[in-house]
Amino acid sequence: MPYTFNTPDDERAMLSAIGVDSIDRLFDGIPRDMWLSRPLDLPPAMGELELTAHLSELAARNSPAGDKVCFLGGGSYDHFVPAAVDQLAGRGEFYTSYTPYQPEVSQGNLQAMFEYQTLIAQLTGMDVSNASLYDGGSAVVEAAMMAMSATGRRGKIVVLGSVHPEYREILDTYLLPLDAEVVTIDAPQGAADAAAVASAIDDRTACAIVQQPNFFGCYEAVDEIGRAAHAAGALFVVSVDPISLGLLRRPGDYGADIVVAEGQSLGTPLLYGGPYLGIMACREAFVRRMPGRIAGETVDRHGRRCWVLTLQTREQHIRREKATSNICTSQGLFALRAAIYLSLMGPQGLREVAELCLRKTRYAAERLANVDGLSLAFDRPTFKEFVVRAEGGNVESLLATAADDGFHAGVPLGRWYPQLKDCFLVAVTEKRTRDEIDHLATSLGSHSRTLATSHA
Amino acid sequence: MRNQQATQLLFELSKPGRRGAKLPASDVPARSLSDLLPAEHAAAFPPPLPELAEPDVVRHFTNLSTKNMSVDTHFYPLGSCTMKYNSKRNERIAALPGLANLHPYQSEDSLQGLLQLLYELQGMLCEISGLDAASLQPAAGAHGELTALMVAAAYFRDRAQQTGEPRRTKVLTPDSSHGTNPASAAVAGFEAVTVRSTPDGFVDLADLRAKLDRQTAVFMITNPNTLGLFDRQVREIAHLVHEQGGLLYLDGANMNAILGVARPGDFGADMMHFNPHKTFSGPHGGGGPGAGPITVRAMLEPYLPSPVVTKVGDRYRLAFDRPKSIGRVRSFFGNTGVLVRAYCYLRTHGPDGLRRVSEQAVLNANYLLAKVKDRLSVPHGDRCMHEFVASAAKIKAQRGISAMDIAKRLLDYGFHAPTVYFPLTVKEAMMIEPTETEGKETLDAFADALVRILDESPETLHDAPHTTPISRPDEVRAARTPVVRWSPSA
Ligand SMILES: Cc1ncc(COP(=O)(O)O)c(C=O)c1O
Repeated sequence: MPYTFNTPDDERAMLSAIGVDSIDRLFDGIPRDMWLSRPLDLPPAMGELELTAHLSELAARNSPAGDKVCFLGGGSYDHFVPAAVDQLAGRGEFYTSYTPYQPEVSQGNLQAMFEYQTLIAQLTGMDVSNASLYDGGSAVVEAAMMAMSATGRRGKIVVLGSVHPEYREILDTYLLPLDAEVVTIDAPQGAADAAAVASAIDDRTACAIVQQPNFFGCYEAVDEIGRAAHAAGALFVVSVDPISLGLLRRPGDYGADIVVAEGQSLGTPLLYGGPYLGIMACREAFVRRMPGRIAGETVDRHGRRCWVLTLQTREQHIRREKATSNICTSQGLFALRAAIYLSLMGPQGLREVAELCLRKTRYAAERLANVDGLSLAFDRPTFKEFVVRAEGGNVESLLATAADDGFHAGVPLGRWYPQLKDCFLVAVTEKRTRDEIDHLATSLGSHSRTLATSHA
Repeated sequence: MRNQQATQLLFELSKPGRRGAKLPASDVPARSLSDLLPAEHAAAFPPPLPELAEPDVVRHFTNLSTKNMSVDTHFYPLGSCTMKYNSKRNERIAALPGLANLHPYQSEDSLQGLLQLLYELQGMLCEISGLDAASLQPAAGAHGELTALMVAAAYFRDRAQQTGEPRRTKVLTPDSSHGTNPASAAVAGFEAVTVRSTPDGFVDLADLRAKLDRQTAVFMITNPNTLGLFDRQVREIAHLVHEQGGLLYLDGANMNAILGVARPGDFGADMMHFNPHKTFSGPHGGGGPGAGPITVRAMLEPYLPSPVVTKVGDRYRLAFDRPKSIGRVRSFFGNTGVLVRAYCYLRTHGPDGLRRVSEQAVLNANYLLAKVKDRLSVPHGDRCMHEFVASAAKIKAQRGISAMDIAKRLLDYGFHAPTVYFPLTVKEAMMIEPTETEGKETLDAFADALVRILDESPETLHDAPHTTPISRPDEVRAARTPVVRWSPSA
């Protein structure tokens, strides 16, 4: 152990106060034949110096964004994180506290939760937000289950094929064993046909789930799909990129009942996929069906405004198997980070981030479309991502050679979309420069020509 | 001394035109926005967020932070949550760009160091649990429970196909279990059935026998249980469950008591989750992040979520091609940052250190128990593992002092309160878990405060806390007329 708190003298005094003569006796409650009769087979202990060296060595065998220019997206983005986010969220009083069960000594966390909830409501145009879920993917299935319970329709949901494929896998994992039908409407041209979506929604459907902008960066016909869902008595669930709301209409403005999002873009680094932030907001009518913690305003005994965890009868520690969800520990720290990020950005800052993404993305799309051997897979406007098709189809080797040139150039799509096996997804955040985009185009250009020739 | 800016909300501090961040000018050729963004998707105005300068934001959140108790500032004996010290070394390491700045869709080639770490972590968790295979994907303990129950459901579906046995529809949990256990069972589509505890706090075998049948998929046990007691019947329980063809799940929230001492796989568990944010010192972050890796017996391995990390020759790979896998429970790999800290923790402690963690956690808990038991009843005996549950029921009957009163008064003495009113099987429960990262002086001071509080007037306690930023809030009002966001007043 790296720390010694109880000295040998302390230990003796403590054992004697307990009335036993050795620490082993304290484990008498465990039958001897269940004791492990050997030391655990684990590597030996390391001090801080060796540990730091060891982990630095492991870290050196990875190529982080920064060492290579990152054009990867698909739900996790290389956005800029202002220093104040790290500094403030890193304060021990936030960082090493827990769920605010004792409101009198947790007003910092509770007020920050309340502010986060308000910011998310303002951002999405919804009435209310919870205080966080695990991630954007599990937030989608939580929304689906919420819709099932709100509508009493447990048999069917409709989801667009342009929703993040991993989010859809999570839907399948949770819902298929419950004999629910998950109907997927393909988006062969980069976005779904709203009429096809509408005709799939019927009076058994709990909700229609749309991602806006979708996984390919394209826009869906959200108004039509929302109307179709409501006409059939289903809920309209929208998964958004929070950064896009600096420019795009808010889901609350086009009729969403539940909004979910991956909140990583709001002030959290890439972290190889987590911990991130599951965002969920909804209309007032559904607040009592929402999963997760919620902070609410009240007064203390002296009439002072303050905040508490509220509507707890939704939750597992009170309702056990009848709870709206099983979630307990969620992602409080990342809700805090998002609150700090949004406070720093403000409406104008967020708009500028979104605008930079949009402008640079279009520039990059046009640059890559002009590269020999590359073309855009879909003829549609996009927000911060776009799909590139590589003639000759050898996406993996193209991306591998671009990696040698110093780029994380894109996410191959074949794993999820067999018809797009010659395609990859490129994301451009406000951090990318014109220079980097130009160099990416040059790199891909030289290699796509070589690959195309070697295939001929 | 308190600063106004901490009591005002961000929205009240906002002033039109203030800015907190300056973005670079666009360096790509200028285009009109309407060329780039279809009109039907464009917002008429930016979202109505508050407008603040960076110093406003810094002062606001810094002042807010001072209204929290935390492990870095206070003793935090919140039972079942294992609020141990979170080493700063792990923070600096986890922030190394080579670990923190990795994109989830980078190629495996560009991730060999991280994949090695994760692969080794899988192995270490298997070794500590005495089980055969691991999934690092679940995002918290409850998520691990749910994932394991989905794994069990898939396993039984396969078995039903092979043997024609009827569907298993039930998951059994003890009445002393954490609320997430029955809630996870319900989310996974099972009927949650409660098994009684005996008066001395263990699983009531007669009740278990009566409720176990061929429809039982899983019995979920917490061992040591939520009373801080090791249930010695666990092997017999495993035998009974297995006799009916069921699986034994271990809620590993209390692993801090038995690291290197006893292994769930050796005493009969078929699957379990870890809470690395508890046992392996992941900072709790005001309510997460956590992680909920699970380990299982070999026959369940094919059903684990994908991907898992494998080693082929000297290369580390992400294995997706696992046809029996339940699929995904979370996007991307999982809560990697928490797992990196868990790896650091395990490498810091090694086999002897881990065992010493449990020894010291159990020593501290027993010492505290010995110090308070003459004044505060501890219904389940003189010995405990890493935590114990005291009851204020007698004192409440005699003097009207509740567990809540005591908890609130402890805040005045500068201690975070224990977990109160859990487990539900103990009246006026106070669940106290000191952890191993505290020394005798702190435990003495806490015990002294507790004893002194018991001698204070009931009025003082009913009105406690007296010295905190706020007094007791009106929770009923908060729930009756929920105000869960700020709105501009009319
Ligand atoms: C005994 C027990 N089981 C399960 C959980 C759930 O773990 P988590 O909060 O990480 O989801 C907890 C902690 O809250 C617990 O104490």
